[in-house]
Amino acid sequence: MARMKFLCDAERCIECNGCVTACKNENEVPWGVNRRRVVTINDGVVGAEKSISVACMHCSDAPCMAVCPVDCFYRTEDGVVLHDKDLCIGCGYCFYACPFGAPQFPQAGAFGLRGKMDKCTFCAGGPEVDRSDAEFKKYGRNRLAEGKLPACAEMCSTKALLGGDGDVIADIYRERVARRGLKGAEAWGWGTAYGQPPKAGAAPAAPAAAPKGKS
Amino acid sequence: MKRLVLIAAAVAVAGCMELEQTATPSKAGKYQGKPDTLPWSNQPLTGGPQWKQGDRTSWEEQIKTRQLAQHEHRRIYQ
Repeated sequence: MARMKFLCDAERCIECNGCVTACKNENEVPWGVNRRRVVTINDGVVGAEKSISVACMHCSDAPCMAVCPVDCFYRTEDGVVLHDKDLCIGCGYCFYACPFGAPQFPQAGAFGLRGKMDKCTFCAGGPEVDRSDAEFKKYGRNRLAEGKLPACAEMCSTKALLGGDGDVIADIYRERVARRGLKGAEAWGWGTAYGQPPKAGAAPAAPAAAPKGKS
Repeated sequence: MKRLVLIAAAVAVAGCMELEQTATPSKAGKYQGKPDTLPWSNQPLTGGPQWKQGDRTSWEEQIKTRQLAQHEHRRIYQ
């Protein structure tokens, strides 16, 4: 069973924004809404600048689904998290819950009212009839129903952004890292994810003293 | 003995199953109460990727081939 995921290889991303453009073009996303963004950290620092393409990560236990007061989200059999814009009330709870800032809200009306939520659909459309005009207008193109992968991943020039079944893309990435000859802690981001290795000669941290009195 | 083997096999296979991750699992044509069509139940487009309509396995096979096209080491060196 496929579990659709994205994986961005920070060693390869060149911040070209091709994925952002591909997404905008493919789904005709309106101004002010970015379903996908390229985030750069340590901008301008030689050797430390890294870019990563971020959109909805289609979480297995999605916080947006958990907090939605009108329960407009659903997960397909491929693990894609989608939502029904007919149910959405545009409250913005999902935006606060999402760790990736994926939910976007278009400006609706002259006074800047918040419109219904829009987010990456993994190019899988929404509840409307697949590949219909109604589906395209609300959610963008349904490439999965055409037997294709998301436009952002397929358009990525350096193949930094991988999209597809989690098992398959993880294997691709693993093989790449092995070819680079990196071993665990040498990979970028390892320290952030797993902590820094202890310095040689440094005394190990003392365990916290047990509270006295009540047992 | 045969029954014991069958039970053991069923228990072993159960270890490979994937648990439902939502409180309301998907039913035919419905996901957590919302209607949506399965990608493989669509008729493939002419000139596009092909699969047998309604056959999940054939849809997954063709999309896996497409996923592996992202692997330039295999795509170029083979």
